[in-house]
Amino acid sequence: MHIKGGRVIDPSNGVDEIRDIFVENGIIVATKPDRAGVIDATGRIVAPGLIDIHVHLREPGQSHKETIATGTRAAAAGGFTTVVCMPNTTPVADSPATIAWIQDRATTSAAVNVFCTGAITRGLAGEEMSPIGALAAAGVVALTDDGRCVQNHGVMRRAVEYARQFGLPIMDHCQEATLSADGVMNEGEWSTRLGLPGWPSLAEDLIVARNILLAEETGHPIHCQHISSARSVHLLREARKRGVPITAEACPHHIALTDELLKSYDANFKVNPPLRTVDDIEEIIVGLADGTITILASDHAPHATYEKEVEFDRAPFGMIGLETELAVFLEVLLHQRKVLTLPQIIAMLTTNPARLLKLDRGTLSLGAPADITILDPEHTWIYDKNDSLSLSRNTPFHGVKFRGRAFATIVAGRLVWDIEAGYTGEIR
Amino acid sequence: MKKWHHKDLCALADLDADELRIILDSATAFKGVGERNLKKVPALRGKTLVNFFVEPSTRTRISFELAALRLSADVVNVSATASSIEKGETLLDTARNLEALRADLIVIRHKSAGSARFLADRLNASVINAGDGAHEHPTQGLLDAFTIREKLGRIEGIRVSIVGDILFSRVARSNIQILTKLGAKVTLVGPPTLVPRSFESLGVRIAHSIDEVLEESDVINLLRIQHERQRMEYFPGVGEYTSRFGLTRSRASFLSEKCLIMHPGPINRGVEIDSDVADGSRSVILDQVTNGLAVRMAVLYLCSGGSPITDARLSKPRATSQST
Repeated sequence: MHIKGGRVIDPSNGVDEIRDIFVENGIIVATKPDRAGVIDATGRIVAPGLIDIHVHLREPGQSHKETIATGTRAAAAGGFTTVVCMPNTTPVADSPATIAWIQDRATTSAAVNVFCTGAITRGLAGEEMSPIGALAAAGVVALTDDGRCVQNHGVMRRAVEYARQFGLPIMDHCQEATLSADGVMNEGEWSTRLGLPGWPSLAEDLIVARNILLAEETGHPIHCQHISSARSVHLLREARKRGVPITAEACPHHIALTDELLKSYDANFKVNPPLRTVDDIEEIIVGLADGTITILASDHAPHATYEKEVEFDRAPFGMIGLETELAVFLEVLLHQRKVLTLPQIIAMLTTNPARLLKLDRGTLSLGAPADITILDPEHTWIYDKNDSLSLSRNTPFHGVKFRGRAFATIVAGRLVWDIEAGYTGEIR
Repeated sequence: MKKWHHKDLCALADLDADELRIILDSATAFKGVGERNLKKVPALRGKTLVNFFVEPSTRTRISFELAALRLSADVVNVSATASSIEKGETLLDTARNLEALRADLIVIRHKSAGSARFLADRLNASVINAGDGAHEHPTQGLLDAFTIREKLGRIEGIRVSIVGDILFSRVARSNIQILTKLGAKVTLVGPPTLVPRSFESLGVRIAHSIDEVLEESDVINLLRIQHERQRMEYFPGVGEYTSRFGLTRSRASFLSEKCLIMHPGPINRGVEIDSDVADGSRSVILDQVTNGLAVRMAVLYLCSGGSPITDARLSKPRATSQST
């Protein structure tokens, strides 16, 4: 494969220049192979394949929402070559057997690379530690109880200490359950107006503070997932200045949408943690600009339409995001707010998450797997949920016009998605 | 005069001051029907109304039922236990079945905020909110405003104190919407846990002592205080509540002679209001119930496509024609 004439942005190597990229046998090589197929990338960006470390693929057990096949096709359509899937499946991914099942399914049906996380606690119950050693041996790249948050600080402390011997980072969904209680949206003016139970920022802030102290105490990295609150950003900034091994991610909806949208009572805006205020968005964006938050991810959380078409407080939390996240990040951070450069945004979607989870991805170094995303940050398009490759349709971005989109997604030297042809891999 | 163009009534937050006045004016005309010997008009003859009460209620259901009967509509009552919701059918499917039976109006009471709006957006039938969780109870807000206007001649400039469990109260939210839009000065009274600061964004004042609002109030509206298990973390108990916020006889003596004492019912005598005060000459609690019928007749009539009724007596100065 010969990717010709593009602006190559590879933050892992500090590269930003027009050059050609060559691929042979699924590996990035220095010289043009014989009989290489040419992809013209003139006027486009050639980046390391994008990585999303927060995705719900819903298999095993919830295949009416998403499958590994459909979720990874949506990833490919969004420009992602690697996804990290969350363990809140049925059964919970808290055993090597379930991890092996997911890996096997990914081998036979996935369009992009799939890495697994394992649960911190058995059944996500927050009580007993999962078999962390066995999960490490099975190849999980991190531990998380995502969707839930370990409430018992003693259990969490032991899990972090125990995980350290395997070098497995902890990723935490930060939510103090007695404060969030039965909350379904941000606590504030709009929950007051709408009469919906509030889920206050305080419930996130308290666990972020807990995780900072635990990371400092143990010296082991903790990653705070989907930060939604301004005060959490303040806490993280101060902790990172002190050198605490704590990281954080931001999701597209938490930098683009506010809680006022819930006045329609449309459950497609119901997500956990909830959409918050303009002030929260502002601080998350500042946190991205100043290096407090270093990773971008979707929290792609598919649900069937019939599950969302119920009373607001009964609807499940979550929204799909793989196909729109790159566009939202580019639209908000590059075009509208101009707080990050294109190489910085690409770093947050490639080398930064790869470094956190020690993945051999997110780089265009010679000899690396040829995972490549070709994108155009200026391309104008409108997202239509009916064209989604995900099995679900629970997006808040239907009909929204964006600037910026992937043009081609290449996994291990194979073109799996193309803006003209769509999904190009074989149907397995 | 503005036209009425709403199929549904889900929240008073959705209506502007002119639209609210249309309902109040039409209700004045319908109140006359209730005073007559023959308490019935043919306005909704041939229409079918379903009272769909997923959350139990007696007084509101009866009020809607009587309102519909006085308009000559056919009425069916459905409760959660009598519907298939207990068998696992979704709210939307149950409502679609009611619509397939050609219900023209669906009056819904439900414990989930937003449930009326949810159905209104998805059905052709008119959907009338009879209380959705802690969100709104629009006909209660209307009947409270109607009662204030009837007794005091106007709403603009009137000082209304609403006392009690504001956080969980749909009655409070509907009252705040209509009263602030029609120019009243609203004060919410209760402990900070039940009257959080976020209510200030709705254009009201907050007080944490009932004693500081007694003398200034033209209207005092006492909400029913509940002390079930889920409220225990919000205040210590009924005794402390009554001592801090109950309208006792001694507190009532600080109210002005003309102050209206209101309560959406059902009353907890001796808790939020002293028994004698509830029955006293300033109490309009039973007028509220009577007016509820007129207001609900107006809402059912307008949402079925009826033209607004302007009552000549009310188009005189102050009561309706002032802009707010």
